[in-house]
Amino acid sequence: MLRLEQVSLTFNEGTMDEKSALQDVNINLDTGEFLTVIGSNGAGKSTLMNVISGSVIPDTGNVFIDNKAVTPMQEHKRSQMIGRVFQDPMAGTAPSMTIEENLALAWARNKKRTFKLGVNKKRKNLFQEHLETLNLGLENRLSAKVGLLSGGERQALSLLMATFTEPSILMLDEHTAALDPSRAELITNITDNIVKKFELTTLMVTHNMQQALDLGSRLIMMDKGQIILDVSGEEKQNLTIEKLLNEFQRIRGEQMANDKAVLG
Amino acid sequence: MFISMFGAVETGLLYALMALGVYLSFRVLDFPDLTVDGSFVTGAAVSAVLIVNGQSPLTATVLAVLAGFAAGCVTGLIHTKGKINPLLSGILMMIALYSINLRIMGGQSNVPLLNQSTVFSSITSFWENLHLSAPFNSVLTAIGISNTPSTWGVLFFSLLLTLIVKYITDYFLKTEVGLALRATGDNKKMIRSFSANTDGLIILGIGLSNALVAMSGALIAQQGGFADAGMGVGMIIIGLASVIIGEAIFGTKSIARTTLAVIGGAIIYRMVVSLALRVDFLETGDMKLITAIIVVAALITPKVLESRREKRRRLRKRKELANAATTKKGADQDAAT
Repeated sequence: MLRLEQVSLTFNEGTMDEKSALQDVNINLDTGEFLTVIGSNGAGKSTLMNVISGSVIPDTGNVFIDNKAVTPMQEHKRSQMIGRVFQDPMAGTAPSMTIEENLALAWARNKKRTFKLGVNKKRKNLFQEHLETLNLGLENRLSAKVGLLSGGERQALSLLMATFTEPSILMLDEHTAALDPSRAELITNITDNIVKKFELTTLMVTHNMQQALDLGSRLIMMDKGQIILDVSGEEKQNLTIEKLLNEFQRIRGEQMANDKAVLG
Repeated sequence: MFISMFGAVETGLLYALMALGVYLSFRVLDFPDLTVDGSFVTGAAVSAVLIVNGQSPLTATVLAVLAGFAAGCVTGLIHTKGKINPLLSGILMMIALYSINLRIMGGQSNVPLLNQSTVFSSITSFWENLHLSAPFNSVLTAIGISNTPSTWGVLFFSLLLTLIVKYITDYFLKTEVGLALRATGDNKKMIRSFSANTDGLIILGIGLSNALVAMSGALIAQQGGFADAGMGVGMIIIGLASVIIGEAIFGTKSIARTTLAVIGGAIIYRMVVSLALRVDFLETGDMKLITAIIVVAALITPKVLESRREKRRRLRKRKELANAATTKKGADQDAAT
C-alpha cells in the first residue's frame, strides 16, 4: 500500500547547517496496517511525512502508493490518495467557511471539482450522518463558521474530513499534541474508531510514547534520520515505555535526550 | 443636487462591477492585486478602439472582458509560477499594462467615443421606445423635483447588469470550484491537502477579478464617451474604498450579503465624492486626496465605534457591581440594627 525505497534527503548540503534528515529509509506498509512513528525532535519524523505527502521531494529514492511511484507527482495530485491531519487544529480546516462547506471541500478530494453547488440537500444529509459519529453535536451546527469551534472540535472535524472519503493513506502528524489531556483522549478514541471503521492504512507521528503504544499495529522509532527500531504484532503488544527506552539505549548507546518524548 | 446624486448612483452601479472584482481578489483570495489600475484601462481601451473601428458595442465589451481576464491570468502566473510576491506581481503587471494600453489605443493617450453607438446609446433608444421615463419623471415633479434626468434607461440597465453579475458571483462562490477558491484565500495548506491546485485557482480567481474590472472599465468608457490612458490611476483604492465602506455599513454575514454590501459601498463612495465636489473650495484634482481620506475614515471609524461601545459596556458593568455592593452593605447595616 505504502512503500518507501531507499529514501534519503539532506538539507542545506555543503553549508555549515548541513543536516541529513532522512538516511536510506525503507518502509513497507500493508493495507490496513496502522503504523506509529516515534522519535525525539529532529529525528526526521516530520520530514518523513512531508516526503510522503509531496511537500518535500527526496534527493534519492522513491515513494510508492498503491504500487504507483508518486515521487514525481505534484502535492495536490498526490493528496487525492492521502488524508492528512496536522498538529495545529487551525491548519486542517478553513476558518471563515462553514462546517458544511469545509466538508464539501473534503468531499471533493478524489473527484473533479465542478461548477455545481458544493453543498446540496443530499450531501447535507450525508455530512450529518458522518458528523453524528463524532458525538459532538456538530451535526446540528452545519452552517456555523469553523473558526467558532474549539480546538478539539476542529481537530475532530479535520479528522473526519481527512478520512470520510476513504483515502489510501491516512497521515496523522502529532494531531493531539496541541490539545489538553481530556480532548486529546477524545481525539485519540475517535481516531481509533475511524481507522477501524474505514480500515485505513495509517501512519501516525507522535511525541507521546504511551499513545504510540496504545494505538496501532506497528511501531517504528526514528533517530537522526534513520529507522532504528521496527516492531509489530505480538512484540508491539507487549512493549512498554521502559522497554522502549532500554531499547533506544541499547541501540544508540546513549540515553534518549528528550524528556518531552517520555512525558509528553 | 438631485441630478448629481442620480448620476452618482448610475456610475456607482458601473463602478460596483470593478468593486466586485476587487472583492474577489482582495477579500476572497486575500491577494492585494494592483493589476486593477491597468486592467480597468485595458477594458476601456479595447472596447473604445473596437467601437471606433466599427464593431458592435456588445462585441467590444465582451472582448474587453476577455482582455481583462487575460491580464489577470498573467498576474496570477507571475505570482504562482514566478514565485513573486502578490503586491509586486500586481505592480509589475500594472506598469506593463500602461504600455500595452497605449499600444491598444494606437499610441494615443485618449480615444474619444463622441457620436459613436455604445451600449448605452442602444439602451437609451430602446428605453425611450418603451416610454417609461415619463411616469418616473412625473413622480419626481410631483414631489417637487423639477430637474428630471434625461433618461432612466441607463440606471435600470446598470442596476440589472450589476445584480446579474452579483448573483452569478454568489452562485460561483458556492460551487465546488468556488469553495476551493475561497479556501485558497483562507487556508492554502489545508486546501492543498484536499487535492486542490492552489496555483490554478489563484490564476483563475485573479483572472475573473480583472475580467470584472475590465467590464467596468469598458462600460465607464462608453458612458463617459472616452477611454483615457490615465483613467485607471488609483482605481484599486476606489475599489478598496467601496469594499470597506460597504462591509462597514451593510455587514458581511454571508456571501450574498457581502457582495450586496460591496455594490452599496461603490454607490455610497460615488455619492460622497460628488457631494465633496460640490464644496466650492474643492476641485476635480482633489479627488484622489478625497478618496484617500474616505478610505482612512472608513477603516478607522468602525474601530473607534467598537472601542467606545466596549468602554461603555465596561463602565456599565462596574457601575452595576458598585451599586450591588452598596445595596448589600445597606442591607447588612439594616440587619445589624
